[in-house]
Amino acid sequence: MKIKKNIATSENGFIFNPATGDSFSGNAIASAILLAMKNGDTEDQIKQSILDKYEVTPEQLNRDWDDWILQLKEANLLEF
Amino acid sequence: MTADQYSSLCIGVTGLNANDNPGPGVAVIRALKAGLGNNIRIIGLSYESMEPGIYMHDLVDKTYQIPYPTAGTAALIERLAYIHEKEQLDLIIPNFDSELYNFIKISAQLLQMGIKTFLPSHEQLALREKINLNDFGRKHGFNIPDDYKLFTVDDLKKAAAGLNFPLVIKGKFYEAYVAYSLDQAIKAFHQLSAIWGHPVIAQQFIKGTEINIAALGDGNGTNVSIIPMRKLYITDKGKAWAGVTIEDPKLIDLANNFAKATNWRGGYELEIMRDADDNLFILEINPRFPAWIYLTAAAGQNQPEALVKMAFGEKLEPYTEYQVGKLFIRYSWDHVVDIADFQQISALGEL
Repeated sequence: MKIKKNIATSENGFIFNPATGDSFSGNAIASAILLAMKNGDTEDQIKQSILDKYEVTPEQLNRDWDDWILQLKEANLLEF
Repeated sequence: MTADQYSSLCIGVTGLNANDNPGPGVAVIRALKAGLGNNIRIIGLSYESMEPGIYMHDLVDKTYQIPYPTAGTAALIERLAYIHEKEQLDLIIPNFDSELYNFIKISAQLLQMGIKTFLPSHEQLALREKINLNDFGRKHGFNIPDDYKLFTVDDLKKAAAGLNFPLVIKGKFYEAYVAYSLDQAIKAFHQLSAIWGHPVIAQQFIKGTEINIAALGDGNGTNVSIIPMRKLYITDKGKAWAGVTIEDPKLIDLANNFAKATNWRGGYELEIMRDADDNLFILEINPRFPAWIYLTAAAGQNQPEALVKMAFGEKLEPYTEYQVGKLFIRYSWDHVVDIADFQQISALGEL
């Protein structure tokens, strides 16, 4: 899953899609994940980084990840 | 003409009605001052005494009332000759759809008087009229919502059967209402036919994201500037109260295809609806700058400034870049003036 190249993100979690004018507010972790995705980190790398930093089980993380990707798809932020 | 010569131009501008259904005049003036400097002289050309721009003396040096378009071209040219004698106008930028026919008609006379314009032809003006828009789209391969021309309530009933609800009822020149039932549609039909005459247009309702494109055609099939804007806040009159510049090659292609198809000369606005399948529908084509035109200057492509230079024969290279994510938010402001100003423009037609 790749985030669209032109999506603008800021450190405070603001996301702007310049192709549509849509904007979204995310929290700090959303911002960090988006930045990692933009930098080309793989899904496994990002998940491992979250597991290292936060108290979360891999099962819970996988469920949250699926939900996250669904939200990105709905927001038209992913490359296909 | 040198850059310095532009800085002392005297420019007449209409559309000073910066109200909740704003004319573009004040925004055009703001862009002109941003591009050409504060030494240009701006002559406001107004129709009514309550157009706010008349009283904005930091933007408008002097205002003259001009006759309504229905008074005809003879009255208009007579009034402009009087104003020209006083002000030595270099250029006029008309900003209302309804006045363009007359201004185009007298443009050769104005040029003889030494007043330049940069306007489309009557043919170009006609092809994008609401009643011709669907034929234009079919001919040139643009997506235009289906429509019906309405002269009677029976026509409206046929249109409702063909388009289903909701549908959009549009006045011949201005105004539109979304109707969710036959009762609402009939009410809108009567209201709009009383104001703007026949035909009233029933247009297919397209659900989606509203986008406008401000562009400037050189008259030879090329756009010198194209700025797409996504509406972020829309008033109950359907006007953008806030918007942001966006970047989408499909929108640029659409405007370029329009310029190629029409050889459009001057400023124009494409009102677009992008549906869920990413189809771009042209809802309307306005034959002049939009009220949000200052955003083009703020984003790096000052279209009113470019129009002035083109009117003086300068060949401009098309802009290729602009700032994406530049946002405008309109606001209201109680501008306080003395009653004497109102009295003067009302009684004498000059301020």
